Amino acid sequence: MGQPSIVSQISEIVNSESGKSYLPTIGIECHVQLSTKTKLFSEVDNDARGKAPNSCVSPVDYGLPGMLPRLNKKAVNYAMRAGLALNSEINLESRFDRKHYFYPDLPKGYQITQLFHPIIGAGSVELPDGTKIRIEHAHLEEDAGKSTHESDYSLIDLNRAGTPLVEIVSMPDIHSAAHARDYTKELWRLMTYAGVTFGDLYNGNMRFDVNISVAEEGSAELGTKTEVKNLNSFRSVERVVEYEIQRQIKLLEGGEAIRQETRGWNDATGETTGQRTKEGAADYRYMPEPDLPPIRLSTEVVEAERMKLPKMPAWYRDQFNRVIGAENVEILLDYRPLMEKLAELGDEAAVKKVANLFASVLLAEENASLLNDELPTREQLLKLVEMLGNNQLSSTGAKEVFLKFFDPEMHYKDTETIAKELGVVQENDLNALEAIVGSVLAKPETKKAQDDYRAGQEKVLGFLVGQVMKESRGKANPSSVQEILKKKLGS
Amino acid sequence: MKTASKDLTAVSLVKEALEKAHHYQPDYHVFNWINDAAIQRAEEIDRRIAAGEDVGRLAGVPYAVKDNFLTNEGDTTASARILEGFESPVTATAVKKLEAEGAIMIGRTNLDAFAHGSSTENSYFGPTKNSRDLERVAGGSSGGSAVAVALGIVPFTTGTDTGGSIRQPASFNGVFGFKPTYGAISRYGVVAMTSSLDCVGFFAQDAADIDLLMRICAGQDPYDLTSLPDYYGKEQVFDDPVKKIGAVKDFDSEAIAPEIRAVLKQAIEELRENGHEVIELEMPALKYALAAYYIITPAEIASNLSRHDGIRYGFRSENSTGLTELYRNTRGEGFMPENKRRIMVGNFVLSSGFYDAYYLKAAKARTVLIREFEKAFEKCDFLLMPVSPNPAFKLGEKVNDPVAMYLEDVLSVPLNLAGLPGISVPVGETDAGLPVGLQLAGPRRSDRELLRFAGEMHKNSAAGSTERHVDIMGGKD
Repeated sequence: MGQPSIVSQISEIVNSESGKSYLPTIGIECHVQLSTKTKLFSEVDNDARGKAPNSCVSPVDYGLPGMLPRLNKKAVNYAMRAGLALNSEINLESRFDRKHYFYPDLPKGYQITQLFHPIIGAGSVELPDGTKIRIEHAHLEEDAGKSTHESDYSLIDLNRAGTPLVEIVSMPDIHSAAHARDYTKELWRLMTYAGVTFGDLYNGNMRFDVNISVAEEGSAELGTKTEVKNLNSFRSVERVVEYEIQRQIKLLEGGEAIRQETRGWNDATGETTGQRTKEGAADYRYMPEPDLPPIRLSTEVVEAERMKLPKMPAWYRDQFNRVIGAENVEILLDYRPLMEKLAELGDEAAVKKVANLFASVLLAEENASLLNDELPTREQLLKLVEMLGNNQLSSTGAKEVFLKFFDPEMHYKDTETIAKELGVVQENDLNALEAIVGSVLAKPETKKAQDDYRAGQEKVLGFLVGQVMKESRGKANPSSVQEILKKKLGS
Repeated sequence: MKTASKDLTAVSLVKEALEKAHHYQPDYHVFNWINDAAIQRAEEIDRRIAAGEDVGRLAGVPYAVKDNFLTNEGDTTASARILEGFESPVTATAVKKLEAEGAIMIGRTNLDAFAHGSSTENSYFGPTKNSRDLERVAGGSSGGSAVAVALGIVPFTTGTDTGGSIRQPASFNGVFGFKPTYGAISRYGVVAMTSSLDCVGFFAQDAADIDLLMRICAGQDPYDLTSLPDYYGKEQVFDDPVKKIGAVKDFDSEAIAPEIRAVLKQAIEELRENGHEVIELEMPALKYALAAYYIITPAEIASNLSRHDGIRYGFRSENSTGLTELYRNTRGEGFMPENKRRIMVGNFVLSSGFYDAYYLKAAKARTVLIREFEKAFEKCDFLLMPVSPNPAFKLGEKVNDPVAMYLEDVLSVPLNLAGLPGISVPVGETDAGLPVGLQLAGPRRSDRELLRFAGEMHKNSAAGSTERHVDIMGGKD
């Protein structure tokens, strides 16, 4: 329990060319779009995927005068659940505040957020290697709309305006690009396992703002930080941190100061460039939101939400690291439905075999599309494992049957039926096998091979096994065939 | 008030109101828009009455809304250029409730742009004139609504009161102006000024009419999370009859015009004659109210007006190149000077480094004030004080002196900061014939008892016995 499953091999100290040692310090803010049915403060559809721009917008999200926010209870539940996934305290009283800035995709001229009294208190995230990253707090807020800039005009889509977000703010506990990547990935897992977000990174369901500074090892003070906003992949987080660490060290080594600023990331060139300095940054003129009363929760409500929290990555690690190995668990953890299916099996031997099928078949590139399909039932999988175990199926046959579980024509059939229809059930009846072997050996075209074998050329046995397999139309168990052949050829 | 029936048609009620509205409009500028199509709605009401339907408690009653209530008829301008041409797809909850009882909106009344002001002179469309003296202000910000009732155009109008915007113009025009407990009536669909203080309320000639309007409009609205659970008419805060009235000592001072003090003195005498006990109270925290108000209010105003950026609706300045210029020109040309003054003050007090010194301190002063009122209501049932330090002043007299204008609010803002119900009761007038109202305030949720007592006080007053109307149309009867 609690033992790191993979020993950390991540190095934190970075040595410069001049031989100095630097310790990078990284803090990350993560915006998670909650997958509630309706928006945070209005009753319009929160899922704008595939919908026309500005078609999911209520007068509230549009910032019409006289409109007042209503609070989506589900979003509060999801925020609680997100907080519980972060091992955080849930604050029984939290409040909303207004953060002001002018931008065309921010209809009210302010964002409703939680600055002074957030709903989620301090917590922590444990990375796969056992490193603990503390969470400073997390809060509930609304998303802004989306701007698209063309050459001489801009387009505004407010479908996203008012989507509930949980913003998770880490402590500056991260000291390497690899841990920054692992942390963001772990957040993604925690939030998707908690079931509070679709977790579609490509569509911005989770976005990361990364703060990076470096200081000479042993220095009591942190260096000046830079911030790179709106990253939407683990890989880009890792690359940004790598790049910034090197850029900052180079500046320091050249005797230059780091400017506190927001920098933009160019994924194509792999570089960050200065955008605006903090000194010139907007003053958000925070103010308590007068249109919303405080959110008051009871311990009962929080505990009820805790009961609803699905199994989290830590539970799966605890269950399966021993059975299939920590590295395999980490790979499969990226696919929550697979882990849930493994947990359903309830039998360690079965878990081992099915995990293997998942890893070797489903995660193979050519089958990637299957991951979107419905998974086989527990019964189908247990039967498959059983047939593998008693040699009714070869591993090749098992894979074929497994693939047919995803075939729209076949998936509803039971394992045995599928195996029979595919004709991959192995012949294990020894008498029947002996008869088939006998008939093959009686054939004149096998005469030479039999002689060669008896003369000591053992490799022709493979040819004979192949002939038997052919005769059995693939159903014979090859190892049994080999045994019988050896016996009959008198070796 | 008169409602339509088989004997009295809604068409005749509405026609009369529209005729008066058009008659007074050139001189008084009561309305930003007169709804001539109201006749059609009156015809529909009459058809329904003829068919024997129950059309509600306000059947065919013409009324007007302050032009900061969103309705899907007419443009909602809040008397501000920046909302020019804004047609709302939404109707305010309060208006919906009135219309559901058969009331017919005949127009939208003038106000100080975005309700910023105490004279209705800050309207983009020009000032509304006092119902008794065309050279004097109507008061504000709900000036148009007060004058519409005072001139007898309609029996009631809606208003909003953030720091006295109903009570002060009611006092200046000799009508009842009621500001309920904060949260009694939904703010949904009302252009926000100071969200934590704004109240929807009414003007009428009769306190009993306001009681009816409260029964119709008060109540919890799922679209306004700050609205209170239904209580109006469902609970009694204390037993009638009201006995003890507290007169705030601080308000009988040099800062208050002698004619106002005279009216106050006479009212106290009348109360005593009618068997009420009047005690003197000291409320030292009241002197912080105006300062706190003029920090909290600009802060929320700056925030609430941020949405007017020329991007989605209303006025947009032409010939701007680039986003910053578009914002600057639109807001520069679209807001009135008083709007800009409050936006700037608001942004200043909220800016980083100043928040604690101003906003937070004002919020603390507000808490102190609330406690002081609570203590006062342990000693008396209601408080009696002037509505404003002066009767209606001359047009142009204070409009260029913002501090003098702000001082007009010194007696009305404390109730908003404490969320208490208050009513301006027409009780007297100056020698020059300008009306003077007095303010009654009660504990939270005592709205109904307050209205009943206000009606009684009016009846026993000089104003109540003379029933003066400036009705050049030949009276309403």
